[in-house]
Order: sequence, then structure tokens, then C-alpha cells
Amino acid sequence: MASDAPQPHARHGQTEDGGPGDMERRVRALRTVLAEKGYIDPAALDVLIDTYERKTGPRNGARVVARAWVDAEFRNWLLRDATAAIASLGYTGRQGEHMVALENTASCHNLVVCTLCSCYPWPVLGLPPTWYKSAPYRARAVKDPRGVLADFGIRLPESTEIRVWDSTAEVRYLVIPQRPPGTDTLSEEQLAACVTRDSMIGTGLARAP
Amino acid sequence: MSYRSHADLGGEDGHGRVVPEPEGELFHAPWERQALALTLAMGATGAWNLDMSRSARETLPDYSTLSYYELWIKGLEKLLAERGLIAADELDAGRMLHPAPPLDRVLRAADVPALLARGAPTERPAAAPPRFAAGERVRTRASRFDHHTRLPGYARGKIGRVEHVRGVHVFADTHAHGRGEQPQWLYTVVFSGRELWGDDCAPGLGVSIDAWEPYLEIAP
Repeated sequence: MASDAPQPHARHGQTEDGGPGDMERRVRALRTVLAEKGYIDPAALDVLIDTYERKTGPRNGARVVARAWVDAEFRNWLLRDATAAIASLGYTGRQGEHMVALENTASCHNLVVCTLCSCYPWPVLGLPPTWYKSAPYRARAVKDPRGVLADFGIRLPESTEIRVWDSTAEVRYLVIPQRPPGTDTLSEEQLAACVTRDSMIGTGLARAP
Repeated sequence: MSYRSHADLGGEDGHGRVVPEPEGELFHAPWERQALALTLAMGATGAWNLDMSRSARETLPDYSTLSYYELWIKGLEKLLAERGLIAADELDAGRMLHPAPPLDRVLRAADVPALLARGAPTERPAAAPPRFAAGERVRTRASRFDHHTRLPGYARGKIGRVEHVRGVHVFADTHAHGRGEQPQWLYTVVFSGRELWGDDCAPGLGVSIDAWEPYLEIAP
């Protein structure tokens, strides 16, 4: 595939043999058959969608990071036993059963990928963005992470070591970005607003207030 | 058997730039929401496990041309068809045409929060001590696999260092093929960029994978 070719994973809802409505029809048919067979409860589908569209997302992770920035004891707990520390803030469950927190420093920058599929810490970050699941990110993150960071407009000093974590099993990783300078007087809530989703994957930095 | 995964992308050249996306952009068409929900709801029936669903997706012959949720839908259709739960003529007709074999469970709306909060932990009690300790040099298996595996191609036959011992976990390689959990010790193994990509690799790169014990041997 040429580098300027359209990315297959960036397309949505079109198949080789159909137009944009093809997937809509196909999924509607599947849903109807499964409901008629009694395999799914349509009301459960609505609850699942609502959970991941509205109730779970990167603001959860941002609260974890902000707490770690202001509370040294919590930070130490998070680095020692992230699953328990994160659960203490109420974030548990599917795709976050075995959590590990990675702390970015001036000398080491952590970046998380799943080269084999799309493993991602759902309870703290919600569903992964399209690029995280796409071929360009999965292919390049382990080989040319500085190139990937450049795609996000991030340039790190040459002396900074880059550590890439490929989520190949059921351990899920959360990056604790560096706290931005000039944030000493901010409240925990204001600090959480500085924590972007990408900064908790390692493709971004926490933003200044 | 000749198993082929199309999902092992780590280190492949030619895929182009990463296109960032704003936070909160989760779905790009209404059917994608349904694809997510149908996949999770059917996964909760116990008709297959998560490793089986990963295997179903990664072996789709047209993997590289499909968008993410297209992969999910085609993977789901394949899992259903393989188990005789749905037939092609039913999908064409958009309605049930054949009797429905019973399933162990059906996910009800009221049970969704508890199910998601519980998740599916994969850690199991240890039956034997770990073979490797943190700090030890190990070499990953070099030969190819003829089944689902979570050892990426770029990390095969490479020398790395055990950094963390992560406990005993359900072994994806057997679990994906209905051969049981066969729990194994899991390790985070870190490799230098040069070990993986050669001398041209920029210095200061480390890459780790999480590797089950059968993937590893003591480095010579």
C-alpha cells in the first residue's frame, strides 16, 4: 500500500460490494434475526451503547492522573497496584481487569499500542479512537514511535528514551503524563481538565491550563 | 491446518500516516453502535470466549480492506455461523428461518452494569513457580505458529529481558481454539529497538510485549 493511499480502516460503512447503506442493512438484519431467536435483549443493547457513549470515557482516566499528581501516596499506590488504586475511584471491569500505570518523566516517554488488535483500557479511557485501531498506528508505533508522535505534532528531545508497550495479553496500560509547569495552584478538577486522552496513551502531552 | 492471521501488523512498512481524531468521536455511522452492542451482548451468552472472537476476526480473508466495526460484524457472523446459530439465508432474509438452538445465557438490560463491572479477569492461581525472574535474559520462540497466538511476528526469535512477572493468566493460544484455559505465567519482556529492527534503529527505543511462558526460553 502506498503511503498516500486511502487507509482502509479510515472508511466507514462501505464494503466492496455495497454502498454506504450496505452495512446499515446488514447489521439491521443481523440484529433482527438475533432478537427473533431470543439471543439478544434489545434493551440490553441500548444500555451497552449508553454506557460506552456517555458514561465511560477518558475523563475517568483524567481523574486518576490528576489524583496521582496531587497525592503522592495515591501515585505510589497507582504505580504499585494500578488495578486497586483505579478501582478506589470507581473505575473497574471489562478491559481494565489487570491495570498497569506507566509514569512519563523527562527521561522516559511511554507509548501504548496493540499491534495485534485494539486492546485498550476501557474503564479509564472508554472506547479506543479510530487511529488507535488503524493499520498505520499499529504498524508504526513499535518501529518508529517518533514518527508517530510527529503525526500528533509532538517532538521530544533526542535524549528522551521512548518505551513502547505492546498490549499483547490482558494487561491494560495507562500512561500518567508529566504534569505541565505552572499548575501548582490548580485544583484537582482543573488539573484533570489538562489531561487529554492522547496524553494517557502516550501520543500526546498534558496541556497547559 | 494452516492458520493465518492478517492482524499481525507491528513493524509493517507502507501504511502511511496516523490520522489523529478529536476526543469523543467514537462512532461514524449509526450501525457502528449496534456492531459494538451486538458483539458485547453475544459475547455475554458464553457461546464463545474473547480469544475465539479475536481469532475469528484476524482470520477473515478480507481483513485488510475492512473498517474496524466491519471486522466486528463479519467476525460475529462467522462465530454465529460456525456454531449453527444463524444461517446465511436468515441474514439475506433479515428474519429467522430456522429453529434457534438454546444458549447458556442471554444478557438482560438489568444485568449489563454488573456484567461490565465484573469484566472477565484472566488471572488464575499458580500451579507451579514461574520459570523466569525479572532481569533474566530470554529468547522468544522463532518458529511460526499454526494457530492463534499473541506473540507478534516482529518479536519472534528475539532476545529480550524479563521486566515484570505478571502472574498466571489464561493462555490465549489454547483458549482461542477450545482447548481450555491452560493458564501460564505471563511476563513483560522488553527488547531494544536494535534487537528488533537492526542497527539503523534510532537509539533510545525499548519495546515490550506481554509474553506467556511457552513463548520463551532462556537466552543462550
